[in-house]
Amino acid sequence: MSAIELNNLKYDFTAKSKRNLFILMGLGVILLILGVVMNMGHEHAAVDAHGGDDPRAHLGQRVWANLLVNGFFFGAIALAATFFYALQYAAQVAWSVVFQRIFSAVSTFLPVGLIIILVVLAVGRFGGHHIYHWMDQSVYDISSEHYDSILAHKHAYFADAFFWARIILFIGGWIMYQRWARKRTLEEDLVGGDSIFKKNITKAAIFLVFFGFTSSVFSWDVIMSIDAHWYSTLFGWYVFAGMWIGAIITFIMILLHLKNRGQMEFVNASHTHDLGKWMFAISFLWTYLWFSQFMLIWYSDIPEEVVYFQQRWEYFNGLFWVTMFVNFAFPMIMLMSRDAKRNKHYLLFVGTLIFIFHWCDTFMLIMPGSVGEHWGIGSLEIGMFLFFLGGFIFWIMNALSKAPLVAKNHPYLEEGLGHNI
Amino acid sequence: MNTMKLIHGIYDDEEQLLEGVERVRDNHFRIKEVFTPFPVHGLDHAIGLKRTRIAICAFIYGLTGAGLAILMTWYMMVSDWGPIDIGGKPNFFYYQNWPAFIPVTFESTVFCAGHGLAITFFLRSWILPGVSPKNPDPRTTDNKFLMELEVKPEDEARVVAMLRETGASEVNVK
Repeated sequence: MSAIELNNLKYDFTAKSKRNLFILMGLGVILLILGVVMNMGHEHAAVDAHGGDDPRAHLGQRVWANLLVNGFFFGAIALAATFFYALQYAAQVAWSVVFQRIFSAVSTFLPVGLIIILVVLAVGRFGGHHIYHWMDQSVYDISSEHYDSILAHKHAYFADAFFWARIILFIGGWIMYQRWARKRTLEEDLVGGDSIFKKNITKAAIFLVFFGFTSSVFSWDVIMSIDAHWYSTLFGWYVFAGMWIGAIITFIMILLHLKNRGQMEFVNASHTHDLGKWMFAISFLWTYLWFSQFMLIWYSDIPEEVVYFQQRWEYFNGLFWVTMFVNFAFPMIMLMSRDAKRNKHYLLFVGTLIFIFHWCDTFMLIMPGSVGEHWGIGSLEIGMFLFFLGGFIFWIMNALSKAPLVAKNHPYLEEGLGHNI
Repeated sequence: MNTMKLIHGIYDDEEQLLEGVERVRDNHFRIKEVFTPFPVHGLDHAIGLKRTRIAICAFIYGLTGAGLAILMTWYMMVSDWGPIDIGGKPNFFYYQNWPAFIPVTFESTVFCAGHGLAITFFLRSWILPGVSPKNPDPRTTDNKFLMELEVKPEDEARVVAMLRETGASEVNVK
């Protein structure tokens, strides 16, 4: 395909696609409202049955927790896309240049996801929900009946000034890099030359260092602190592996959609094969970290550590094991062979399946600490997921249609097009 | 067989070699072997080699390794000395403490697959201690690319010309 043809390629976000996505989002909203209405009655029963006022049984708690699950799941995919985009520059990768606009488009969802997380955090701080137990200031007060000596030891870490300063720093830093990177790649289309490319390499390397530390601390602050008494040293990597696989699946899905439309004919089987390898490999990374965290805690059996898995075992038994099994076994068995990684049906099936089960994994990270035994996957959860999914795809596809599909002045484009393994 | 002629075409550059290989194959001559100082991208495809089946071997060795490790941990922890009780976790059955056996099983799988692959490769290409090298020209371990062909005597002149045309720096007929 000649360079001139590549220059003119643009994604056409058709009215029909938009309509379908609005229907998906509308369906999500209807299910969400239905779920809230249906659960209004049960709410009192749950509180009565357990006696006293358990904030985890409140319907509001469940809605906020769901907002956090979806905001984090989709926001983290955009974050991992930003990371992956930076990684391609820092490692000076050529094969992925042909579809790096997909990475860039997925990363544009980052501000939306992060703002949702920020809203959940802020509402929690002002007492709107009780997902973060440590936000209740009375737990640090020795004269209060809510005094919690373990949390009081962590007071310096959870102190308002320090907590909010670092959250703002992380979110601000990521969004700044994401916007900068997006702007530069579009500028390269107009200017050409390799000065932008060289600048991108330096900035990407700096971002990767920043991201390496901050993504880990962010996952402690937003996810691990839900179970505020518990901690795990590899938690950050585990959450990171989860968001990474989500981003890879998103890339593959968009790529297959574009190929299906006939708009990415220059992407050959070797490109798809390599993305398939990423899906295969990161699934193993995720399982490796899941198991490393689980096995050590299970083996040493120390009460304050094992309580984390005890909750998941007791109240989420089926989902807990099924999530691990599906996310490990399906990519392993179905994507092991070379031919499978080059076959769009295999990629589509495994990708869709583990996308859903990685959502379940995020669900399992947040729900046991925030709603515990009052959890459920009903029309409330499904509705919120569908609404976010529709909005997420809409946002990305809209961003994709705004820029040419190929970074035509990228110095490695020629090499990337000839990718052959 | 003694009616066949052995031709060695020696190239200085891998691009020319690839061109030569394609030309020879297009004219339906059989390439016996190609010797290169480093793996040349796309050469296996150009010679018309079938895809390697070593991945299937790796899978079988891996399964063997996993099976052996499971057998070993079961025999030690459950059957022979068992039920061994470590940290309040008695091994009455294998499945009770399966997470504890995963690291061993994983390592054994990787060990068997890795060593099995290397040994299979050495055996298949017959690179073993004491075996004399099959390499017809030691310069192919330095900077030369050598294509070995077997042709009928009447085709000799045609093939030699073909090799020369595609940039062979040297052509030897035996």
